Amino acid sequence: MLKTISKIAVCGALALGTVVSAANAADNYKLGLVTFLSGGAAGPFGVPAKNGADMIIDAINAGTLPAPYNKVGMNGVKIDPVYVDEAGGATKQVSEYRNLVERQGVNAVVGYISSGDCLAVPGVAEEMKKVTVLFDCGTPRVFEEADYKYVFRTASTTTMDSVAAVRYISEKVKGLKSVSGINQNYSFGQDSWNDFSKSLEQLNAGVTVSTTQFPKIYAGQYGAEVSALMVNPSEVIHSSFWGGDMEAFLLQGSARGLFDDQQVLLTCGETALYKFTDNFPEGTIVGGRGPNGIFAPKSDFNDWFQKEFKARFGTEPTYPVYHMVQAILGLKLATEKAAAAEGEIPTDEAVASAFEYLEYDTPAGKVVMANGNGHQAIQEMVFGQVSKVDGELVMKEVVRYPASCVNPPNGVKAEDWIASGFEGAVCN
Amino acid sequence: MLNKNSLILLVLAVALILIGLVMPYWFSFLVTVALGKGLVVLGLVILMRAGLVSFGQGLYYCAGAYAVGAFSHFVETDNVILLLAVAMLAGLVISSVVGLLLSRYRDIFFAMFSMAFSMILYGVLVKSAELGSSDGFNVTSPSLFGFAPEVNGGSILSYWVAIILAFVFGAIIWRYFKSPMGVAGEAIRENEIRVEYLGVSVQKVIYIKYIMAAVLASTGGAITAMTVGHIDPEMAYWTTSGEFVFIALMAGTGHVAAPLLGAVIFELLRSFAFQVSPYTWQMILGITLLAIIIFLPKGLWSLKDKLMKGAKS
Repeated sequence: MLKTISKIAVCGALALGTVVSAANAADNYKLGLVTFLSGGAAGPFGVPAKNGADMIIDAINAGTLPAPYNKVGMNGVKIDPVYVDEAGGATKQVSEYRNLVERQGVNAVVGYISSGDCLAVPGVAEEMKKVTVLFDCGTPRVFEEADYKYVFRTASTTTMDSVAAVRYISEKVKGLKSVSGINQNYSFGQDSWNDFSKSLEQLNAGVTVSTTQFPKIYAGQYGAEVSALMVNPSEVIHSSFWGGDMEAFLLQGSARGLFDDQQVLLTCGETALYKFTDNFPEGTIVGGRGPNGIFAPKSDFNDWFQKEFKARFGTEPTYPVYHMVQAILGLKLATEKAAAAEGEIPTDEAVASAFEYLEYDTPAGKVVMANGNGHQAIQEMVFGQVSKVDGELVMKEVVRYPASCVNPPNGVKAEDWIASGFEGAVCN
Repeated sequence: MLNKNSLILLVLAVALILIGLVMPYWFSFLVTVALGKGLVVLGLVILMRAGLVSFGQGLYYCAGAYAVGAFSHFVETDNVILLLAVAMLAGLVISSVVGLLLSRYRDIFFAMFSMAFSMILYGVLVKSAELGSSDGFNVTSPSLFGFAPEVNGGSILSYWVAIILAFVFGAIIWRYFKSPMGVAGEAIRENEIRVEYLGVSVQKVIYIKYIMAAVLASTGGAITAMTVGHIDPEMAYWTTSGEFVFIALMAGTGHVAAPLLGAVIFELLRSFAFQVSPYTWQMILGITLLAIIIFLPKGLWSLKDKLMKGAKS
């Protein structure tokens, strides 16, 4: 027993040594990047986001980005990425977060796709006073339930997807009398449906709900659910499916003719849009959790970004790529804004105050850190319908909703905002 | 009054508590979470000694954590003693009901039934939006009547609580393993009918063991909840229970210290595997378990006997 204890002590001492040496080496800016590298969320989200990080960090280190991102690295210091797998649940991620900060001595952390991790990590981030940028998770609870100083999220919450989806179908679907829903039985699926149905009650009170299905996440087989959707027909089927589940649902639904007279609305459809184009029925309403990918506003920055990503990885960048890139760009701008001199890495405190209420341009247009007292981004939201012209993917009936139209004002809970009938929304 | 062994243990416990003051914070955090798991595995070892493998200790791990979460949220207390008591009570109450049924089953039936019960809790939690569904919710960090010392940038209270509980429960279970009731476990594993003929109620022995394992698991869950500050239904998922079995197999059932040390080694291994190879950390864990099963079929603890034998000869 004593032997084992001494072994542990040696391990601890060694690790302590690495912490000390890491703190001394300041010639690189160590950036902790946490994203799914294994499991069901790795394919559609985690690995594309990691590719996006690789690409943008290479470009930043080479100093080839347009102004205001043209400084080499972070304020002249080259970025050295440290990757961690997000798999394993919130307990492990809190533990790994500490390891990143203390053992590896990272200067900042960018990461987290799962909403559970995004709720668990900020507490530790505050305790350790380390600037942390949540890049992809969607739950509005993060900044509604607590105030944070060092934690930021540079992508909008899922509230925006549901509110914009309701606005879109009310405007574009003719003769809308009923909707139905199929969502995964976990927080994201439940919240998506909840926001969607509550928004519908506010905006279009006459529309009824024909059926709501909540299959298990990663179920893969939707025979029973497709039957239920077919015997309870509606004009629009709402789904927040993603990854393999979404692809399976599209295939199984198409085979049985589910989409022949019912239009399907996929709030996360954009992740599979490019590699899975042929399986999207004509007229599928697709969202991309923000103005990402095919919905990105035209700009030189985005043209370069899309071309470069496609050349390097052989596929179009999907929304997780955009989310990752805007998180790193925001961190870069805030760091440089906080720094006094070239080559200096400012304190976490200075970076955090420079990050608050930041507004900046990204390949996905403007990101404004307007909510959560300057810690939560809002963006515009776009929906469109899939159409194929000579086998090429084209989006038709595209509608852009300004950020102020689909996001609650600062300090208002998403739930209350929807219940109040979107008080303060500015839609022009 | 104290014999030599208990004196050594006492000194060791005090030393570990003091070392906490100079340890890097990530390490004391890792040890705290590991000891939380270690207590669950200790409970599992009680059952394993009686030949029962539970794939459902996640039920009590999660129940303990949610008891802490719900109690601190709704009663608005952060008193560590109160929270621990509530968690243990939750484990005790649930297991004394579920145990009535489970103590009648053996082998694969026991394993499957125990897993089924933990998956019921998982299903219920995922369905309840008030408790945050699959995202779970945050738990306030504990204090002892307002006392929560900060060391190296974090509260050390959970670490101390974990060390004290590990030693107290370790000592109790060590005594229990030497008592007739404790030894009856091995006898049941070897030949149940014979134990019945000796006049011992097998079902009663197993029922008590099951409740003990459950209370240990809910205590472990409470420690995890207070340390991590966040709980979610994943704690009741069967993969979590599987991890406890993994640690038990890795550590061995030879001694009460085995699961506690095994849990710390497992956490260290996983943490460094994460760091060294973010893409293939699962493979490192898998290969380690395979190697242990092949070379040390009785777990890491059997290494101690081997080393001692080697020293004597």
